Amino acid sequence: MHIAEGFLPVGHAVGWTAVSMPFFAHGIYRLRCVLRRYPNSRLLLATSAAFIFVLSALKLPSITGSSSHPTGVGLGTVLFGPSVMAPLGTMVLLFQALLLAHGGLTTLGANAFSMAIAGPCVASWVFGVSRKCRASLMVAAFLAGTMGDWATYLTTAAQLALAFPDAAGGFAGSFVKFGSVFAITQIPLAIVEGLVTALVVDLLISYSRPELVELSFIKEPPDEELADCNGSRSPDHCAPCHGP
Amino acid sequence: MAVALLTIAPLAMVHNVRFQGADNAARDLIGAINPGYRPWLSQVWVPPSAEVEGLLFTLQAVLGALLVGYFFGVCKARSDKEKEI
Repeated sequence: MHIAEGFLPVGHAVGWTAVSMPFFAHGIYRLRCVLRRYPNSRLLLATSAAFIFVLSALKLPSITGSSSHPTGVGLGTVLFGPSVMAPLGTMVLLFQALLLAHGGLTTLGANAFSMAIAGPCVASWVFGVSRKCRASLMVAAFLAGTMGDWATYLTTAAQLALAFPDAAGGFAGSFVKFGSVFAITQIPLAIVEGLVTALVVDLLISYSRPELVELSFIKEPPDEELADCNGSRSPDHCAPCHGP
Repeated sequence: MAVALLTIAPLAMVHNVRFQGADNAARDLIGAINPGYRPWLSQVWVPPSAEVEGLLFTLQAVLGALLVGYFFGVCKARSDKEKEI
């Protein structure tokens, strides 16, 4: 989803940067709140950022015969909320723009909007809706990871279509063209991202209960229930599934 | 399992393509839609070769994976300790 350096007209580059700025600033503010409020979850926050680092470095082949990469923003979104992801995602994009010639400084605003703002917002919304529909944490995390990833690429397609409307079809015609490059390629990769996100959430539930409880991602079962878990019932039964 | 399958399957299923980056495909499409467009700025710095680019991408993934691994190591140690008590 990286729009290459100089590949957005000046007006669009400036515009997207201006749009992304307030989200970025709010994200920094939220980041400080999170660090102050959940001091024990700092390492988990760093891990969510590291998760973006790993996933966005992996270019995976897709059925359309081209390669693309997941975004990794779904995990941090479901744990810490979407606003925190704006600075974290932008940091990764800046690294890639400066050292990997992927994306660019002029297109950083547009790329940050798609990956660090639009993707997390959609992921957060999907997570909330799936939890309301009584989906388990794993299923909700899968859907959030998948849809957040896909939404990122749809946003990029829309950004490019806005900048380069088709001579015949206008914005819609161009959106279909860019969409066919990004969105279809991304379907299997988005599913991969969803699966990996759900996998990590599952690992966190098994190994990182104190942090998740602190974030009220899960609720600690009362002691009697814990005692029950040591008995004959399966541990699954006791895994609390009350969302935030 | 499913993750590995989804990643490897395209390599086996689709032949005679180079799995070029979708970002580059989009760049080509810009050229097709608006042939007159010239990027007004080029990259600040470009890795000197595909190998060096690969190295930097690996470095990015390794740094991330290292931290993720460290976190789960800390958690595992903590839960083992709790079990001992």
